[in-house]
Amino acid sequence: MAGTQYRGSEITDVDQFINDAAGLASEREKEIGQHIGYRYDVNLVPDYNRLTPFLRDYIEFMGWDDLNWLEDIHMGYEEGKPAVFDRNINGWVRIPDGIALPDNQQDRDMIARELLLKFQMSDRHPLVMLRKAYKKF
Amino acid sequence: MASVTDAELKGMTQEDRVKALGMTTDQLTGRSMYIEFDPDATERFAYPWAPDVDFNKRTELDCDGMTATEVNANIRSLMEDGFGTIVIKNPRGMHSLGVGILNKLNLIIEGSTGYFAVGLIDGPNVRINGRVGWSCGENMMSGTVMIEKNAGSTFGAAIRGGDLVCRGSVGSRTGIDQKGGTIIVGGDTGALSGFMMQRGRMVVCGNAGKNLGDSMYDGTIFVGGEIKSLGVDAVEAELTELDQAWLTRKLTQFGLMPDKGVAHFTKIAAGKQLWNYDNLEPNEKKLIL
Repeated sequence: MAGTQYRGSEITDVDQFINDAAGLASEREKEIGQHIGYRYDVNLVPDYNRLTPFLRDYIEFMGWDDLNWLEDIHMGYEEGKPAVFDRNINGWVRIPDGIALPDNQQDRDMIARELLLKFQMSDRHPLVMLRKAYKKF
Repeated sequence: MASVTDAELKGMTQEDRVKALGMTTDQLTGRSMYIEFDPDATERFAYPWAPDVDFNKRTELDCDGMTATEVNANIRSLMEDGFGTIVIKNPRGMHSLGVGILNKLNLIIEGSTGYFAVGLIDGPNVRINGRVGWSCGENMMSGTVMIEKNAGSTFGAAIRGGDLVCRGSVGSRTGIDQKGGTIIVGGDTGALSGFMMQRGRMVVCGNAGKNLGDSMYDGTIFVGGEIKSLGVDAVEAELTELDQAWLTRKLTQFGLMPDKGVAHFTKIAAGKQLWNYDNLEPNEKKLIL
């Protein structure tokens, strides 16, 4: 019967999905062979004391007072690799190995926001080509 | 591929454009599906195609005698001319006003709008001095929207990001299918608010109607007043210090901070009892179950 049992697993460590790529904890997850739920806390609100200079400049440029849509951006983990979900391509974009990961999720989220923003605004983002092909002139 | 100019693309059919850009001839076999960030990417704050606008360059646009399509086309044209602050006069309840703006902009609408106002926006700061109809800010991606009076039902339907604020009260199904962003209501919200919410934050300073957060999958709802009833799988959660700091910051930002602070807010989250999905095919399920 639907709606009778919580079937996911809890995130207990910031490196949980790096150390254990599969990350299958609950019985249900082991049974179906996949992790249930997000690999990061979607409800974690940002700690504004950890804003990076680049993000401060972006907020000022847009005329906002806070991170706005970036409040929903977090560093997640895909197959044991740190990655950020890009809603504009509906897929994960991986963090290069050369970038050192801080030891806490809040600082990781700030890095994720910065990298995603630079990617989305760059000419190499797939949306640039898609827009050229499908936009209404 | 790079040799095709915009002018040449403009003269082609959509099918020809796709071919000319090499999108149908891409070699996919053996190609990695992974995309990686470029750590040396240029620092840019706007989309490559976005017009450069100046908040200090201001103009007015009178809607009298125009269709909604004409008004929206005019807004785009004014942005191309560098106007960063546009005041819309005489909206007279026009539907679908200010939709699809994908750039930074100060948009001030002096009056009330009909349904689907400022939907699908990605970046602008909007202030509407009057009331709005159904589905204001639907599918909003980023930016801020401030409604000075009341809003209709399905306020912020399927919102993905940004701050959508109504100083007054809103109708039912506020934030239905919310996938991100923040919806703030200064007054009350109707029944089934947060229905099928998936993530994001909703703040209601007044009361909430029945079945709040029904079938919510994730996300957070904060209510300052009374809750008529909770929906299926919506449960009360602990209001943490981080939550309170965020609430204080957000409500102060929009001039909606209650005199008695935020400690009295009730936090509602998903009970996660509806997490039944899996992606196994029926045949695979038969093998396991």
